[in-house]
Amino acid sequence: MTTTLQLLPSGYKATIISIPGGECLHRLEALGLRKGKIISKVSGMPFKGPVTIILDGRQIAIGCKISGKIHVAPIEKE
Amino acid sequence: MRCCEIKSPKNQNLPEKKILLIGNPNVGKSAIFTRLTGVHALSSNYPGTTVGFLEGWLRAGDAEYRLIDVPGAYTLEPTNEAEEVANRIIDEGADLAVVVLDATALERNLYLAFQVLEKGINVIVALNMIDETRHKGISIDTETLEKLLGVPVIPTIGVTGQGIRTILERIPEARTSFFPHMSKEERWTEIGHIIEKVQTVVHRHHTLKDRLEDFSVDPVWGVILGLFILGTSFYLVRQVGEGLINYILDPLFARLWIPFLEGLSDLLQQEGMIHHVLIGTLFDGSIDLEQSFGLLSTGLYVPVVMVLPYVISFYGVLSFLEDWGYLPRMAVIFDSLMHRLGLHGFAIVPALLGLGCNVPGIIATRILESPRERFIAATLISVAVPCAGLQAMIIGVLGDIGLKYVIIVYMSLIIAWIVIGRILHLLLPGYSPELIVEIPPYRLPSLKGLFYKLWFRTKGFLIEAIPLVMVGVLIVNFLYMTDLMGHLGIILSPVFNGLLGLPVETAGPILLGLLRKDVAVGMLTPLGLTPDQLVIATVTLAMTFPCIATFVVLWKELRAKMFASLLIMIFSALTTGTLLRLFLSLKF
Repeated sequence: MTTTLQLLPSGYKATIISIPGGECLHRLEALGLRKGKIISKVSGMPFKGPVTIILDGRQIAIGCKISGKIHVAPIEKE
Repeated sequence: MRCCEIKSPKNQNLPEKKILLIGNPNVGKSAIFTRLTGVHALSSNYPGTTVGFLEGWLRAGDAEYRLIDVPGAYTLEPTNEAEEVANRIIDEGADLAVVVLDATALERNLYLAFQVLEKGINVIVALNMIDETRHKGISIDTETLEKLLGVPVIPTIGVTGQGIRTILERIPEARTSFFPHMSKEERWTEIGHIIEKVQTVVHRHHTLKDRLEDFSVDPVWGVILGLFILGTSFYLVRQVGEGLINYILDPLFARLWIPFLEGLSDLLQQEGMIHHVLIGTLFDGSIDLEQSFGLLSTGLYVPVVMVLPYVISFYGVLSFLEDWGYLPRMAVIFDSLMHRLGLHGFAIVPALLGLGCNVPGIIATRILESPRERFIAATLISVAVPCAGLQAMIIGVLGDIGLKYVIIVYMSLIIAWIVIGRILHLLLPGYSPELIVEIPPYRLPSLKGLFYKLWFRTKGFLIEAIPLVMVGVLIVNFLYMTDLMGHLGIILSPVFNGLLGLPVETAGPILLGLLRKDVAVGMLTPLGLTPDQLVIATVTLAMTFPCIATFVVLWKELRAKMFASLLIMIFSALTTGTLLRLFLSLKF
């Protein structure tokens, strides 16, 4: 079962399945976010606000629109 | 290379040999730079403070080197202006590069290290923040890493200076690697292999700090915490600023400087041209520091006693928030509001810097991705973000009459900021890019670092402000003596009198805001305006023209687009002023 980073509930871990191409991919990769990486979602801000995830022990904030295009496979509840 | 501001030691020929200091943002590069050179670079806890680069020099063994602090970059395939600059500097070549890696995020940091190694430069790796790995349950086998990379790897703690001497000692061992040029995939695979061999991570429980970090970006608690921090910051700035004025600077000025001025005034027999320029007008035979408008009276009193304390308290609080690592969290909280203004959350950082002085605020808009965003952000700062000098005077002058008026001024500016941003977003073609930002961990700021940063910024203020205030006071005197002010007022009376409901005399101060806004507010005081008029005049003054220093930097950043920005400023100032007049005439 896959979902998007935006829809993944806070507190869940997930594996990154795909990241949309283009400029965003480039910037996300530079921060170490790639296919196959395991992340955990910290929070999503209301009113189309950003999603915050933890990747390798580091918080990264990702705008709402892109987070809706990043597909993930949830792992387990923390 | 417009974005490269070289700060080199004065009167010194820099050595020919060149060392580059390269690393991701937030890896403590600036602290290492300071340790290596002893030149105090401005070091911050969020990405993008050093889009320009710093340069210093150091001695290792018998050789002297230039040390260049390359702007923080995640990759050499540039995704922003800072990375473009970094790439360019590295392509220019160097004798060696010290690549600073954050030991707590080794995998991602190695990506940049590989890109540098592939360029064939001699490299030394500094494995920085090695002390933080322990708390995170990470252990790194430095020796194996050194073997696998083929270059010296030195564990360091930038803030305490540990490992710095070893870097200097091992400079001769710097070498280029045996890695060929790789594709992105190959690079990540190679890094994966290395990580497997050198790094072990043991699971550990959430610490209090982790919880606070999660809490700070929580949709409910994060916003409450954000508002609390903003509120507390403003309260602190105000209390500390006022305390410095009431208990230190005002008494000092009264005790040490006034007797001298009075003596000088008597010596000049309290009249004449020189008296007028130096001391100014006497009120009931004595000097009024806020109204006399002499070079040595008001000209010194405004920058040193009325404004400086607020500059110190503002930058004290801001530097703490920066070094603690709070500002990127503010970007998360403000992102959805900023998107409605055509920006993303990180644009809140330049706006906050602008509250100190618009100049660094506008320079900081370089961290934004597109020219459209930079235009909106820079324009919004110069229209609706009052600098510390202006705010000090607003609080000093209007605060005496009533807190209500101060609040009206601030509310007007905030509403104008949002409305103008919204209009620009709707009118300008293009879209607003998405927020993608690393949020550095909270770190307890080092007192030394804070002190240097505060000193650096306060010094900047004093050097820039005092001469300009003096020139302002001189021009005011000249304008009054030649009655040019009267003529100006008459020409502009339809606008000031008709539209804004202000006496024509306010035209002078508002136009002089061009020089410095704080002097201009000071000039409004003797005009005997009603509180409402004072509010309208202050808001108009805050919004119309940027001061001369902001002008220069706006031109540098926006070029011809600056004129569009200026038109927006004048138009919105007049509109806001007129609306405010209507609003205030409703009388509650």
